[in-house]
Amino acid sequence: MAQENRQEVTTHKIGIYLWIWGLLFVFSFFSYMVDYLNFEGLLRWILILAFMLSKVALIMAIFMHLYWERWAIVNVLLWPMSFILVFIGIMVAESEYTFFTRLFYFVAGS
Amino acid sequence: MDHVTDKLPKGFSGLTHDLGSDQTAFKKVPWGKAMMWIFLLSDTFIFSCFLISLMTARVSTTVEWPNASEVFGLHVFGTEVPLLLIAIMTFVLITSSGTMAIAVKFGYEKKRKLCAWFLLLTALGGLTFVGMQAFEWTKLIFHEGIRPWNNPFGAAQFGSFFFMVTGFHGTHVSIGVIFLFIMARKTWRGDFDTGRRGFFTSMKSNYEAIEIMGLYWHFVDLVWVFIFAFFYLW
Repeated sequence: MAQENRQEVTTHKIGIYLWIWGLLFVFSFFSYMVDYLNFEGLLRWILILAFMLSKVALIMAIFMHLYWERWAIVNVLLWPMSFILVFIGIMVAESEYTFFTRLFYFVAGS
Repeated sequence: MDHVTDKLPKGFSGLTHDLGSDQTAFKKVPWGKAMMWIFLLSDTFIFSCFLISLMTARVSTTVEWPNASEVFGLHVFGTEVPLLLIAIMTFVLITSSGTMAIAVKFGYEKKRKLCAWFLLLTALGGLTFVGMQAFEWTKLIFHEGIRPWNNPFGAAQFGSFFFMVTGFHGTHVSIGVIFLFIMARKTWRGDFDTGRRGFFTSMKSNYEAIEIMGLYWHFVDLVWVFIFAFFYLW
């Protein structure tokens, strides 16, 4: 069974890396344009997140080879990151409460 | 390729088969690569904590947050271009990520010298990035007067988050550059073909080491994608 642990030595054509490289350039350029063209509000946040997540997905899937890995390691790596979303949710609630108390005591209370 | 790895079930049944099997859970993954991934997962949590606390500070402050677009603008050819240096830094880091991926490919194809050249290119890209970051820090500290406790643009927390987040990322890049130079030298010398033992670990290594190095380097690029979005653009 020790053989099951052997790495498959498969390499990919250089073209796929150049393609991803190009796409990352394009997405970076678009996200820079979001700032350059001064998009505001919800549109700005959606565009920033969309370009960010596309870049992250491309880097992890192709450059870091996760697309070709077995599900065991992919799942073990990706599921723990959902806790980050939980943490973000908690801290949004907490920071809005802090903001409210600051408004209440610093501004209204003075 | 041997017949044992071919017979492994794929997809979801592969997941249950691998995690329920004896000896190793991560089939076809060398231990060094699994360990690097687990380290990167823990590093992800560290950077998440930084960025989440940035969000907390930004949401909870009653003072206006400085406009990153203006603070990091560059004055070139008589016009103010927002975030110019940061955009160039982003492209440099992405390019070095691309050359790293190609180095990994050439490594597995045992093209020793090409692999070493691309590792060197990657290291030079990283060095350029750190250099531009040093320029940015100098400009902000000496010309704009940004301090961790205070700055002329708005909320006082801005400086401490800027120095902490970009400083921690810059440290990662610098460590990566050092290791890239070491790996480039080892590859050029042919350590992975001759099985020469490492200076520090006294162990033989092979071209998997390049892929593990690559994982770290791509992660550094990955973190920059998040910093670029949340610190500079948001």
